[in-house]
Amino acid sequence: MSDTLKIVGLTRDEMARRAAQDIPDGSYVNLGIGIPEKVAMFVPEGRELIYHTENGLLGMGPSPAPGQGDPELINAGKRQVTAIPGAAYFHHADSFAMIRGGHIDVCVLGALQVASNGDLANWSTGEPGAIPAVGGAMDLVAGVKTIFVITQHCTKRGEPKLVDACTFPLTGVGVVNRIYTNLAVIDVTPEGFQLVELSPGVSFEVVQDRTAARLLPIPSDGGDR
Amino acid sequence: MINKRVASAQEAVADIFDGATVMVGGFGEAGSPIELLHALIDHGATGLTVVNNNTGSGEVGLAALIKAGRVARMICSYPRSTNSTVFPEKYRAGVTALELVPQGTLAERIRAAGAGIPAFYTPTSVGTPLEEGKERRSFHGRDYVLEEALHADFALVRARAADRYGNVIYNKTARNFGPVMAMAARTTIVQVSEVVEPGAMDPEVVITPGLFVDRVVLVEDPAHESALVAEGMSYP
Repeated sequence: MSDTLKIVGLTRDEMARRAAQDIPDGSYVNLGIGIPEKVAMFVPEGRELIYHTENGLLGMGPSPAPGQGDPELINAGKRQVTAIPGAAYFHHADSFAMIRGGHIDVCVLGALQVASNGDLANWSTGEPGAIPAVGGAMDLVAGVKTIFVITQHCTKRGEPKLVDACTFPLTGVGVVNRIYTNLAVIDVTPEGFQLVELSPGVSFEVVQDRTAARLLPIPSDGGDR
Repeated sequence: MINKRVASAQEAVADIFDGATVMVGGFGEAGSPIELLHALIDHGATGLTVVNNNTGSGEVGLAALIKAGRVARMICSYPRSTNSTVFPEKYRAGVTALELVPQGTLAERIRAAGAGIPAFYTPTSVGTPLEEGKERRSFHGRDYVLEEALHADFALVRARAADRYGNVIYNKTARNFGPVMAMAARTTIVQVSEVVEPGAMDPEVVITPGLFVDRVVLVEDPAHESALVAEGMSYP
């Protein structure tokens, strides 16, 4: 386990920064709670993204200055936010029409498990006695065009989160496109997990060792990725 | 003459009966009709089915209604939130049952009820535990789940302003479920912080047209849930 402790890879901020590089200019984006929220801080200069928050705002801005917040202007995580000039408010059915209707370009979410066929589990560990809570996660993965996952490669106990088949209850079937972890960037392809990029100081073997599914190495010719 | 104004929150909720299905607007504290909820607690109706995205926080508003043992069943998408301790207790004690619905499906089931659509197919929840017991059908090579409309006897909604016709405008993200719940309930009760003369609201900006609203109650300075929770208030 001492080996595990030494391999840290990217920090949370660095994972968010890496994911931000892949969101095209002009995208309508929904960011999940946690590390995904941080993506907004690292959007490369010159790109304009519009943030959707499913409780009813397109054009979400940063947190308000201390004392300037409004309890009726919040995000999906129920934190106070601001609205940019050009923002729009709408009711919940319209908000989820944007999601389900395929009008949102990119959603970045956290994960408990991702399977090599793109199945995502991120709402419940299925623990008996736990209070189940799903929110908008199932709608987002069913409707948003591109699903990015940002997650630590393993749980705090060292268990792989990238697996052959999810053991936790699913959020969606075959929905994940790309995964950003502290150790690597990995695509979900028809052939399974395809390594795209290793974090600095991390080897293929280290990532494979911590992934409970076959990992396809980066093609030797560099591929077209 | 049409005049949907009623004198008080107490009067507005007076006919909510035991066993009623009550939709409660709000996402977290934004749009939570606290004064109407407190009036409902005072009124005493029990055995309620409550539809809300969450389950309230602290011991005020919706959480206070649950704490008082009035809610037999919650239909919601996310019953876990900061300071949400009342619902887990009642759920584990078997007092309040839970129907968990994906958030977008919840919104659309409510909208469908208001729009006269008995059921619809959605891609949300296909292949997940929340699909269980529902019909699945394929359209153009993709699978969908059949979801039924969600009706209510009453809706309690918080908004910014209304006129005597019941035309309503909202405030920022406090709009959330208000417009669709107003459509779906047999009797819709809206608390507003301002009542204006007909014509004072530009018809172009009216969000909920008056025909969806039955009662308008003026609550000039409505409480915010987080402020009450921070004060340590427990209602009643």
